[in-house]
Amino acid sequence: MKRNFLLLFALIVISAPAAFSQAEASEKHREFPAADVKALDGSVVSSADFENDGKPMVVSFWATWCKPCILELQTILDEYDDWQDETGVKLIAVSIDDARNSAKVQPFVSGKEWPYEVYIDNNQDLKRALQVNNVPATFLLNGKREIVYQHNSYSPGDEEELYDHILETVKADADASAE
Amino acid sequence: MLFSSAAYAQNVDLGEVHGNFQVDAQYYREDSIIGAPDFPEDVGSNSFLNLIYTRGGFEAGLRYEAYLPTMQGFTRESGSGLPYRYARYKRDRLDVTAGTFYEQFGSGMILRSYEEWGLGWDNSIDGVRVKGEPVRGLQVTGLLGRMRNAQSNKVENLSEGLIRGINADWYINDSFDSLATAKTRISIGAGFVSRFQADNDPLLVIPQNVGAFSGRFNLSRGGFLFSAEYAQKINDPSTVNNFIYKDGNGILVQTSYAKKGLGVSLQFKRIDNMDFRGDRAASGNDLALNFLPPQTRQHTYRLATLFPWATQPLGEWSTQLEVLYKIKKGTALGGKYGTNITFNFSRINALNKVPTVNPFEGYTADFVGKMDSVLFQDINVEISRKFNKKFKATLNLLHFNYDESLFRQLTGFNTSEDVTADVQILDMSYKLKRKHTLRLELQHCATQQEFGDWAMALVEYTFAPHFFLAVFDEYNYGNAEEDQRLHYFSGTAGVNFSNYRIQLGYGRQRAGVLCVGGICRFVPASNGVTFSMTGTF
Repeated sequence: MKRNFLLLFALIVISAPAAFSQAEASEKHREFPAADVKALDGSVVSSADFENDGKPMVVSFWATWCKPCILELQTILDEYDDWQDETGVKLIAVSIDDARNSAKVQPFVSGKEWPYEVYIDNNQDLKRALQVNNVPATFLLNGKREIVYQHNSYSPGDEEELYDHILETVKADADASAE
Repeated sequence: MLFSSAAYAQNVDLGEVHGNFQVDAQYYREDSIIGAPDFPEDVGSNSFLNLIYTRGGFEAGLRYEAYLPTMQGFTRESGSGLPYRYARYKRDRLDVTAGTFYEQFGSGMILRSYEEWGLGWDNSIDGVRVKGEPVRGLQVTGLLGRMRNAQSNKVENLSEGLIRGINADWYINDSFDSLATAKTRISIGAGFVSRFQADNDPLLVIPQNVGAFSGRFNLSRGGFLFSAEYAQKINDPSTVNNFIYKDGNGILVQTSYAKKGLGVSLQFKRIDNMDFRGDRAASGNDLALNFLPPQTRQHTYRLATLFPWATQPLGEWSTQLEVLYKIKKGTALGGKYGTNITFNFSRINALNKVPTVNPFEGYTADFVGKMDSVLFQDINVEISRKFNKKFKATLNLLHFNYDESLFRQLTGFNTSEDVTADVQILDMSYKLKRKHTLRLELQHCATQQEFGDWAMALVEYTFAPHFFLAVFDEYNYGNAEEDQRLHYFSGTAGVNFSNYRIQLGYGRQRAGVLCVGGICRFVPASNGVTFSMTGTF
């Protein structure tokens, strides 16, 4: 018990400088981590290869059994054409379904006519790398693939908040490239 | 601070620390009517904190867990510890982990270790794992270690069995440039897992090394997918299989077809004596080494969760069909936005087991299951439609059949006959104004059996993105025993701010089974205040 606390304390002391230096660099955002996920055709893709030509990306964690996740993606569906026209944003839906449901993901996505890029994180490597507690969890990446906003859970209306952040990101990216 | 400022000024990369945490706590009140016992400490709490440090290809992490004392319904011992800590180095196509890790071979029929906080489930492996891609498209994993005991929160207390495993998956299209863009994609894979556990049995001679093998094949072409996996395990006399000397095997076949607006999936599985654990004496949710995916729809609406299913590792035959269809928007049936329909059928049959003359050999079973005896069947349809910008609704109609002894075993409810139930659920949401939404759920469950008919109503108000409030009442109005016709009323409120979420609830909770991903945990009846906080940083 005592040893555990010492270990934890030691780790915090070691890690504190890194955390502080990160906080001081106020405009420095976390880069999106790399982990292997599966594409719907079964091939292995690294999340380091998620890209949208310098435009923002939304990465949304979901599962076929998660009602709020489906509500979120279904709600964004109605807005998605407008979002893409106005900002060029791309949504990547990462399913955390395990072997019970992973074979149902592709029929699910097609049956609902979701236009999103979909991957399956079946060993939850990407979910762990991002410290996602529960689904839905949504991340907004800027043109440099840095996480500029994240949100967990979904309530109707959250998509409007997300879109406000997408607009801000597009503007910030444009300002950064103008400099 | 001084150190960090100096380092920052020099722009040295010190790496990054990220983490997440969750605190769940409940204040318990004794409630003899629903059978909620006195909890001597009054408050139980389960908490964890994950920290992950990354710098380039190097990564180190740990999880601190505290059970002060353990909440009701979890088997884990009270106390605290660091059951998860690891260091990992990834470079090019090599990935080495020392310490605790999670791994899965194929669909998991011979090995799957994972974590599910809400279930108190964690069968992580502590040891060494090496992953690599020696040839482009060929992914190889080797591992050695012992499993975490679900009841323990100490890393020292691992499975007696030593786990050794090797697995390879070959993504053929990735290995040849000429096939890289081919429409047909094929992968094949195979894995082998062995558990060593000394034979200390005074009477029986028990295999000390138990090996299990699996082979798999996946094919995709356009919207068509086919995957099949076969697993075989040598005789593994154990507490769960009642010490029979019989090989086990499993077959899993999944196929699907998808095109715009239509998705069809058809699945089949046969499991025979495939319980496989890190210790032959373990049972319940302890030290499971493999995962046998249940082929039933995973329900989340409250009254539908009265009928959960978990794969029977000693033997079952299952089939599932699911069809999703979207009625086009702008048509008479589809409405302005289109209408989504999901049909799902699943059925589990027992195996036709005939006991052998020699009791140590257990039984023989035909390949085809005992088709006339249904252990579980679920036929359901979901219709979901958005009517206008403000109003949408989803209707679920479900019909369940459940074998009596398995119903008692898997749900904790009493019954003296096979269970037949019909459940209807209407879920409606109305947008009051921008970011303000009101949602109403009406649910009903009708059965002829003792635990009787149920009705439920839920009202939820959300103010995005920060606030929600929900109240619901479950009423067991048709219970055969009049004094058990109880209301289970509860209310929950929650706030989200930045990457944190806090939720507070009060109410009476019925005893029931909580299932995530096919693993179930019994949640006892309780009455009191619940608190939950999660965060990511």
